Amino acid sequence: MLYINCPHCGLRSQNEFAYGGDATVKRPELNKEISDQEWDNFVYLRKSPRGKHLELWHHISGCRQWIKVERDTSTHEIFKTYKANEAIE
Amino acid sequence: MQKYSVFSLIKNAFSDHQNWEVAWKDPTPKKEYDVIIIGGGGHGLATAYYLAKEHNITNVAIIEKGWIGGGNVGRNTTIIRSNYMHDENGLFSEFGMDLWRKMSQDLNYNVMFSPRGIINLAHSDAQMNAYSRRGNSMRLNGIDAVLLNREEVQKLIPMADFSDNVRFPIFGGLMQPSAGTARHDAVAWGYARQADSMGVDIIQNCEVTGFDVSNGKILGVRTSKGDIKAKKVGLCVAGSTNILAEMLNMTLPIETHLLQACVSEPIKPLLDHVVTFGAGHFYCSQSDKGEMVMGGDLDGYNSYSQRGNLPTLQHVLTEGIAMFPFLSKLKMLRTWGGIMDMSMDGSPIIDKTHINGLYLNCGWCYGGFKATPASGWTFAHTIAQDRVHDLNAGYSLNRFSTGNLIDEKGLGTKTWIS
Repeated sequence: MLYINCPHCGLRSQNEFAYGGDATVKRPELNKEISDQEWDNFVYLRKSPRGKHLELWHHISGCRQWIKVERDTSTHEIFKTYKANEAIE
Repeated sequence: MQKYSVFSLIKNAFSDHQNWEVAWKDPTPKKEYDVIIIGGGGHGLATAYYLAKEHNITNVAIIEKGWIGGGNVGRNTTIIRSNYMHDENGLFSEFGMDLWRKMSQDLNYNVMFSPRGIINLAHSDAQMNAYSRRGNSMRLNGIDAVLLNREEVQKLIPMADFSDNVRFPIFGGLMQPSAGTARHDAVAWGYARQADSMGVDIIQNCEVTGFDVSNGKILGVRTSKGDIKAKKVGLCVAGSTNILAEMLNMTLPIETHLLQACVSEPIKPLLDHVVTFGAGHFYCSQSDKGEMVMGGDLDGYNSYSQRGNLPTLQHVLTEGIAMFPFLSKLKMLRTWGGIMDMSMDGSPIIDKTHINGLYLNCGWCYGGFKATPASGWTFAHTIAQDRVHDLNAGYSLNRFSTGNLIDEKGLGTKTWIS
């Protein structure tokens, strides 16, 4: 069981959360001409590192906020959690 | 190579089975090979075998970080099927079914292929319609498919929950009678033994630490046992694909996720088929030892850990008990996890890359085992001829940017969502 420290609610079990994937991908800006490659990068291509991974989780059975979690993908250690709009150090 | 037969078995019985030849050697790597295959799993071993057998390329090395067959080919639920709707998947998998049927003879190794049939259960009228469409698509591609109604399913698997008051009543199902199971380790060992006998070097406990690429051409690989030159290099590393891709400065449409499976204590023969629950993600078959072999959802977040987490197992087995209530009486014998290369449309990639001489075989999601022979055969063709075969032309790397996805399940890019 993962225990995720929701920045809004505190420490909760994984059962309350839904996973949202890589938090580092950025949608291309609106109203700007972009190439197929830029769409490809955003929609399909993922680094999927072994080690530290910044990812989105949705506290769906809690405060229903999206949060960012920094987690190790091989040990599952959670280093830090952030609010969705919080700056990442 | 010593041929395995009833006669060699009797002969060796007289010497207390002390004089069997080793099944494959343990060579030190040469300075250079024509082809290096990275990854000594089912797909890598099969690729080396078909390179030697079909294309006469025997100066080949398989480089494996651990021991051969220790990854997903040793961690799956052994299901073999070709019940796909899309042409690319259907034709590819049905080609594989032919190879499965001949495999034990071909490899002189009993892989215990058991075409016991797979039944996908349907729990609504809409699902029956979808299965009818899929079944028709399969038959158009020459794959056997039978649509079963509730009574027909009940005859085949009376132990499923057919009571009146269930959340997901069984409406019927889609069956592929020619699907089945095989002894997974034997597949790896059979391919390894034959490849070795034709001159392929199987190098275990050898980790790839980097690549030699110059002017857009592959020159060799760096390993924990030294640098090895190669004209061509093929990647067959499933869940570790992204780790190698990073060394090559490539970003792929792949995420690595964890899938668990489990077996119960052995019980008397009860379940003749492979059965999948249609209202969730759960599937079950009975091994020759009598264990119920079960699997289901991914753990649901990026993972390289090769061991599972209990909430997912609980969720999967809840579905299992909804389908087969008797499962609740059984004790769990063993659970394990493997890391899956989840592609963004749920279909694999077997293709050339932008680097000359570097070939990619990945994205098998949780369907890699059944694809072992067809994947090895087409990947060997792609490497030997430096062009894709018709069978794997759809499994291109650039299909994501061109929009030619093969989205069998209609899940979009979040193939890990359950």
